[in-house]
Amino acid sequence: MLMQQKFDPQAVGSEAPVAKTFTGNRGLETEEGLIFETGRPENTGVDLDEPLPFKHRLGSLERQEPAGLPGLSEPESMRHYVRLSRLNYAIDAGIYPLGSCTMKHNPRLNEAMARLPGFADIHPLQPQSTVQGALELIAELAHWLMVMTGMDAVAMSPRAGAHGEACGMMAIKAAIAAKGEDQARKIVLVPESAHGTNPASAAVAGFEVRTVPARPDGTLDPAEVMRRLGPDAAAIMLTNPNTCGLFEKDVVELAALVHEAGAYFYCDGANFNAIMGKTRPGDLGVDAMHINLHKTFSTPHGGGGPGAGPVVLSSRLAPFAPVPFLRRDKGGFHLVEHKSEAPDSFGRIAAFHGQMGMFVRAFAYMLSHGADGLRQAAEDAVLNANYVRACLKDLMSGPFGDRLCLHEVLFDETWLRPTGLTTVDFAKAMIDEGFHPMTIYFPLVVHGAMLIEPTESESKASLDLFIAALRDLALAAKRGETERFVGAPYLAPRRRLDETRAARNPILKWKKPGG
Amino acid sequence: MRYLPLNDEDRADMLARIGVSHIDALFADIPKAKRLEQDLDLPSRKTEMEVERVLSRLAAKNVAAGSVPFFVGAGAYKHHVPATVDHLIQRSEFLTSYTPYQPEISQGTLQTIFEFQTQVAGLTSMDAANASMYDGSTATVEAVAMAHRITKRRKAILSGGLHPHYAEVVGTYSAMSGDAVVVLPPDLFAAENLAGVVGDETSCVVVQNPDFFGNLRDLSGAAATCHAKGALLIAVFTEVVSLGLVKPPGAMGADIVAGEGQSIGNRLNFGGPYVGLFATKSKYLRQMPGRLCGETVDASGRRGFVLTLSTREQHIRRDKATSNICTNSGLASLAFSIHLTLLGDAGLRRLARVNHANAVALADRLAAVKGVKVLNETFFNEFTIKIAGDAAEVVRRMAEQGVLGGVPVSRLLPDKGLDDLILAASTEINTDADRVIYTKTLQGNLSC
Repeated sequence: MLMQQKFDPQAVGSEAPVAKTFTGNRGLETEEGLIFETGRPENTGVDLDEPLPFKHRLGSLERQEPAGLPGLSEPESMRHYVRLSRLNYAIDAGIYPLGSCTMKHNPRLNEAMARLPGFADIHPLQPQSTVQGALELIAELAHWLMVMTGMDAVAMSPRAGAHGEACGMMAIKAAIAAKGEDQARKIVLVPESAHGTNPASAAVAGFEVRTVPARPDGTLDPAEVMRRLGPDAAAIMLTNPNTCGLFEKDVVELAALVHEAGAYFYCDGANFNAIMGKTRPGDLGVDAMHINLHKTFSTPHGGGGPGAGPVVLSSRLAPFAPVPFLRRDKGGFHLVEHKSEAPDSFGRIAAFHGQMGMFVRAFAYMLSHGADGLRQAAEDAVLNANYVRACLKDLMSGPFGDRLCLHEVLFDETWLRPTGLTTVDFAKAMIDEGFHPMTIYFPLVVHGAMLIEPTESESKASLDLFIAALRDLALAAKRGETERFVGAPYLAPRRRLDETRAARNPILKWKKPGG
Repeated sequence: MRYLPLNDEDRADMLARIGVSHIDALFADIPKAKRLEQDLDLPSRKTEMEVERVLSRLAAKNVAAGSVPFFVGAGAYKHHVPATVDHLIQRSEFLTSYTPYQPEISQGTLQTIFEFQTQVAGLTSMDAANASMYDGSTATVEAVAMAHRITKRRKAILSGGLHPHYAEVVGTYSAMSGDAVVVLPPDLFAAENLAGVVGDETSCVVVQNPDFFGNLRDLSGAAATCHAKGALLIAVFTEVVSLGLVKPPGAMGADIVAGEGQSIGNRLNFGGPYVGLFATKSKYLRQMPGRLCGETVDASGRRGFVLTLSTREQHIRRDKATSNICTNSGLASLAFSIHLTLLGDAGLRRLARVNHANAVALADRLAAVKGVKVLNETFFNEFTIKIAGDAAEVVRRMAEQGVLGGVPVSRLLPDKGLDDLILAASTEINTDADRVIYTKTLQGNLSC
């Protein structure tokens, strides 16, 4: 049941006879020092025997200066990290509705499979005859990705989404160069709602970025694109479904325009979760698209990574794919690792062969779902987002009016404006209610954006509680209970943190007091 | 489907609340002709047991490092990872949290990043480190781009001792951005003369230590050469455990350090995920790529941590950002940090000594074999041998006989006339019995 009475931050914990504890701890919530404050360099939590005396081969390069690394015994280490972990929100503990991030359930089966010694303890440069099972898995995963997207090839080596974007744009650059047009075609069109990695990746591949505005309904206008498609155009980078949670309904026409202009269509596949099994990017005219295995295929986000960003390619771009890639012959699977074997390849973008640990997890996820489950997951993700939208639209404003969305629903700040509160205030108050806030202030095209992506992992009961809490907060905001918001969060391990101070005087490592 | 909480009754209720009669109404913006009318041509859902069966069968076709005498390195190393590390990184709160954009409920991740940055800065003897890159090779690319921004020059010189994959990756990125790269020829004996190639237009020199062939390099001379010409020295490492025993790059004048951290806390994983380490001097902080965590206080005055200096990054600066990186190697960097917390200075130094001792023992055994020559004067836990025979063929035959005996240099540097060289690595996992088998098996496959 939800508390409906007026919120009084002063009353929080007022039943306790102690306002402030001696330790700073509050029950299960504990304060934890840095390892540099609690550990000592002469201690260690790893038992290993000193080697027998031997004659070293270090020349004159033996390390003299200590690294200053404290060691903690095993129980101390365990406690340090367990205590720290309890200061984090996690998808395992509750809804994590970060729009554009696709925080869905991370099955532990996938973790167990990735840790099989036959996957976790194999070396990328072992003889290929000793890793045929690994190569077969990569080939199978590649097959699934190509079938799901309707594309002709896939580059498996990109290590994250942004790396995949750079990879796709490099393939485009190589294709343009092969036609002798690399001096002429340098412009990449990027909608202003795009994720920041898109323009940054285009720049990495040596392109110049031109921004394209969206029309009032949140999608791209083919006429606006056409106006910018000249003989200098190399490509468009389009996120579809876009970062407003909308399907670009003119995508087929856009693709045709881009191709007629002699340019290529890069699709940011960050939001593929919404459309898998419903439509195929290859059928929409896409030339290259990265897939975030850590979003759509549920490899864990791990507090910031690692990810994996395979890039599917059309037949026009396939010859330019980076090394390494797989070939199958009568002797089994074979890695093509050098440009000498693949003269059109634009080269290598990372050491070794890709994020195998992520491939195993993603493949386990795909096998578990199957074609039917993947489609159902996309449908449930879209259903959940629209349910949230339908239940909040009378209180919160959407920038594009009352319209359906795909996997994520976008609200803006307009409804909050009369209250004097901002999006960040609203988000921080959600923390006190036990929720991780939605993505805020992205996409940049909307003032005070609040982008909610519940994913298919939420039950109806979970959504109903989330919706009820947001309604309660929205009504409180409208009633003028500003204190509940501007000082929030009150109940998290930390109150609002001073980010200006952190940036003005950067302290990026621990220093010995007085040292 | 076990991962999907909604049942058909929920779905019907929710559709009614939304005000549509069928799920496909929510996909109406997809052009009708492009909608899939039936499921994809892929198998249907599988139980947990069935998935285990499929993947275990594939895993069983591979030869795992722990199951045979194992001496493979060349940029990725098999080390023992304490069970505590893997337990802790599988804590829900670390494994299933996102990038710490809401610091009030992400202090666990943020404090571990702050500790990681401090550890990396200490290990490398540099002023500041970032929150991680994808791996060593992409960290090296970022270091080169950063040097170009700082020096406003666009020519990098890559040592012939740099890992060939790293050199290729720098080459790919530079070709795209139109920057110049000079790759020096393979430098088996750490004998190349950098003074002769560094000029007024040189932005940076990239040198690896221990180098690809295992040699230890004193970077001080290269640093002096660079600094005299207004260029930067980028120091690279692929075996981070070496820093427990070998003079750190910061003590030899490096301006930027880029390296692979896989060896501490992380398994081989057939090449990824790994963790790129990146450190530099304070004066270059604002040109750094990637996330940075900084210390601050909260509204109650308590110490806390936040992501900071984000005006360098793509989500603010877009095409003018210092890098396009977003997702990094969070969990792999946490594994690195936990393992290093267990080790401490004392434990790391001992681990490094055991590695070095094992490699010395292996080198001594191999040097006594007819038809084998150890090329290195100095090394840490890996060195190059020249054998009587084709290295790729010998390594392949040894694998058939149950020994993973190193990396033929020709796997990474084909067509260079280096077909008789093997890189052999020995870490703490090897026993004397392993070395005896290795020596005997190698001997049996030589053509002399």
